[in-house]
Amino acid sequence: MFQNLMPLVESANAVSFEPVVFWITGSLSVLGAVGMLVSKKAVHSALWVALTMINLAILYVLQSAPFLGVTQVVVYTGAVMMLFLFVLMIVGVDASDSLIETIKGQRMLAIFAGLILVVSLVLLLSNSFYVQTNGLETADLEYGGNIQGIAALLFSKYVLIFELTSALLITAAVGAMVLAHKERAVPRKTQAQMAKELFSSGNYKGPLPSPGVYARHNSVDTPALLPDGSVSQISIPGPIIARGAAKTINQKDIDEVQSISEGRGIIDKEVEDQ
Amino acid sequence: MSPNAYLVLSGIIFSIGALGVLLRRNAIVAFMSIELMLNAANLAFVTSARVWGNLDGQAAAFFVMVVAAAEVVVGLAIIVTIFRTRNSASVDEASLLRW
Repeated sequence: MFQNLMPLVESANAVSFEPVVFWITGSLSVLGAVGMLVSKKAVHSALWVALTMINLAILYVLQSAPFLGVTQVVVYTGAVMMLFLFVLMIVGVDASDSLIETIKGQRMLAIFAGLILVVSLVLLLSNSFYVQTNGLETADLEYGGNIQGIAALLFSKYVLIFELTSALLITAAVGAMVLAHKERAVPRKTQAQMAKELFSSGNYKGPLPSPGVYARHNSVDTPALLPDGSVSQISIPGPIIARGAAKTINQKDIDEVQSISEGRGIIDKEVEDQ
Repeated sequence: MSPNAYLVLSGIIFSIGALGVLLRRNAIVAFMSIELMLNAANLAFVTSARVWGNLDGQAAAFFVMVVAAAEVVVGLAIIVTIFRTRNSASVDEASLLRW
């Protein structure tokens, strides 16, 4: 086991395009993380995190972990981030952060502590490995491939943890159901009850009368006349009333409608004016 | 290519995740930051697996993914429950248990 810790020769078929891919995907993943940090809206944050996770998947594949790369795409960008988006749909897409500090000076302190963390982690990790990269070629070939190698580990060395994982997953599923389930306080309304509620207490839900039908004009700003000659206010669209553009009906219009309906034709305006 | 570059990248992403938890008040964004930190740890696992030349690190990353998935399910259910009662997804609102 300990011979693995010894510095060995660098793997023979080291890929030469690795630095190029690393710098592109690495900077994109940092961009995604920073975007998550600074986006005001939670939906934008979720999309930035998805970018980071896809780039991390590429980095996994680059580091000879194709199984983990595919799992990263399926589990993280496919399942976890979509779950985030679903919850954002419930909680409200425009749920954005308030910019008021609840603890005074907390933001400056947090940025300061974050900078210290970045600097110390970078200084520490940039000098962590002096050994040469062993590469996974021999480990992969032992069972015929990367997936077979991981499967051999999962079902032999880590089989107990694997079984515990199944218990964890079923507990999480049951827990989520218990938490998200809402007990009904009142029994569900039947369709008949809902229909009765909808049409009772004077809220008319049928089609509204068309404007201008019984009046002289048929434009939308002219109200319809009811059979008794009164004006139907609900026949004019709301925005027109709000703009104050609704036409009024006077007695002459009503007389004219009466004349048309009795077959006497339109009352000539000029004749009447004289 | 030196594995230290991957580790530095994972450290940077971890720090950004930690900053997100400290700075953001929206519970869902704070949760995303936690996911980011878990991913950074996974990158370090995968890098270590490559350096040592065995697959144990990749198996560990696999278990981290499983636990993260379970954690996301329960955590988001808690957020939805809190949102139902408080009508807010802010981490400052849920202070009922504070003494």
